[in-house]
Amino acid sequence: MSLKAFHVIFLTVATLFCFGFGAWGVAFHASAGGTPVLLVALVSLLAGVALPIYGVWFLRKLKHVSYL
Amino acid sequence: MTMGLPCEVKAHPITGIYNGKFAVWLFLASEVMLFGALFSALVLLRAGAASWPHGYTVLNVPIGTLNTFVLISSSVTMVMAWASLKVHDFAKGRQYLLWTFLLAALFLGLKLALEYYPKFQAGHTPGHDNFYGTYFVLTGLHGLHVVGGMIVIGYFLWPGAHLWHENPEHYTNRIECTGLYWHFVDLVWIFLFPTLYLL
Repeated sequence: MSLKAFHVIFLTVATLFCFGFGAWGVAFHASAGGTPVLLVALVSLLAGVALPIYGVWFLRKLKHVSYL
Repeated sequence: MTMGLPCEVKAHPITGIYNGKFAVWLFLASEVMLFGALFSALVLLRAGAASWPHGYTVLNVPIGTLNTFVLISSSVTMVMAWASLKVHDFAKGRQYLLWTFLLAALFLGLKLALEYYPKFQAGHTPGHDNFYGTYFVLTGLHGLHVVGGMIVIGYFLWPGAHLWHENPEHYTNRIECTGLYWHFVDLVWIFLFPTLYLL
């Protein structure tokens, strides 16, 4: 597996993490308060949207590189 | 007359990949077993403990999150370094490698100054209880992997950079191997962070 393929897997896991952490942070803020946690949770949700967009750009940039 | 190792640039006829990449994947398989064993130890200790603190009550979640984004960014710069070398842009590739090195240093700096130091000041050392024992072992071992990655990246940035001028394809392959290792180290952190800080 090439770095290209591993990067796609990494981006998938990172995106899932971003949405998961974002949801946790919003729920945590709703129950216990805490502005810093809410702030990083919102940044995380934004990153969750940005990472797949970057992923598509990355795949287009490296379309001639093998997955092996 | 010098002779290189076989299949260090071109793909091996049996595996279909060059030998360095094959070796890195074998190494990463052993790393999965190492971290897997430590994660299992954490699960067993936690399941058997009479009381176990939630990570978010004792650890600094915003700093941990910031560090997670620092590592995700470093993986992006790492892969961009490799992509730049693939199109023979050494200057840009080196620039991205330098960014990766600096982001790794930032991760360690934040970890040591804003997480480890205050914990030690408060007397929360690895011997304090099982929670801090597993926290320091897992994050410490991960931190050592980050240091290892920095040593390799630093080598290819400075003393090892001459390989590009001798054999660009070989240098690019080495950066790919470094990138595979670096992605693994970052992936471990993405699993470590929620396990230790959020649960």
